[in-house]
Amino acid sequence: MGDDHHHHDHSHVPPEPALRVQALESLLTRKGLVDPGALEAIIETYSNEVGPRNGARVVAHSWVDPDYRQWLLDDATAAIAHLGYQGRQGEHMVALENTDQVHNLVVCTLCSCYPWTVLGIPPTWYKSEAYRARAVREPRAVLEEFGVHLDDNTEVRLWDSTAEIRYLVIPQRPAGTEGWSEEALADLVTRDSMVGAGVARRPDDVGGAA
Amino acid sequence: MHSEEQPPFEAPWQAQAFALAVHLNERGAFTWSEWAEALGAQRRRSGEAGIADRPEQYYLDWLQALEYLLIQRDPATADELRAFREAWVAAYEATPHGHPVQLDKGFEVLAQPE
Repeated sequence: MGDDHHHHDHSHVPPEPALRVQALESLLTRKGLVDPGALEAIIETYSNEVGPRNGARVVAHSWVDPDYRQWLLDDATAAIAHLGYQGRQGEHMVALENTDQVHNLVVCTLCSCYPWTVLGIPPTWYKSEAYRARAVREPRAVLEEFGVHLDDNTEVRLWDSTAEIRYLVIPQRPAGTEGWSEEALADLVTRDSMVGAGVARRPDDVGGAA
Repeated sequence: MHSEEQPPFEAPWQAQAFALAVHLNERGAFTWSEWAEALGAQRRRSGEAGIADRPEQYYLDWLQALEYLLIQRDPATADELRAFREAWVAAYEATPHGHPVQLDKGFEVLAQPE
């Protein structure tokens, strides 16, 4: 292919997947099916704006406001939208409450369905085949590896996300946080705890009272 | 294995592939369930083929599923995708370093007789 005209100072040819994406984007743009400006906006949103801080605010609000907590459990889609977080794919949100009796853990066995609106892009482990398979087979062992040590009497409930239904786990509010501000509480809520693969940080973990 | 903070994408192409699927769904090219099915099927095929499940593999599967779904749904044909990819390579190779790379330059180069 054009070896006679080879330039040593030509532009660096991107790696194969980048070329394929570029081909796809330019083809669909020329067909009028894609708006490059909209693509930029989506990348910007998911790189910088949408992330687990959104979910942490939802959880912290549910910790301090019992009415909101009930609303979240009854109709998570609406309760979450009330705080300004709305799904792009029309997905239905379900909130799951962790208690001393029940620990909820979320997985997507099909691919990687995940509540983007409140948690952002899923972490690598959530998308891995190892997690998807083992969460179903041996959830307790997986939880141990994540540092979640459950009482033998605590029931583990596993929830399989789909394109239509995404789950948000409400971790238990840590002891010793009475009177904390919502903002300080939100700092205790980790991403993993909202998937069920973790628990909220304790006051000791963040340097005492807020 | 599970650090709390990771950048959502490891390379710009991953972010672009991600955004393309989200955007095309919003424009009605496919439903999100159809997308999840296509991605799930591709993830399964890669797993069955014994391909190591590195973080990058997820977005390679994502891209493959997107190409497959678009070819199946008509917005693109495999020939068109190949032609556009070839044109981009030609454009990069024909553009001096530091100058903007333009797709049409690639098509021009490819149209020239050897």
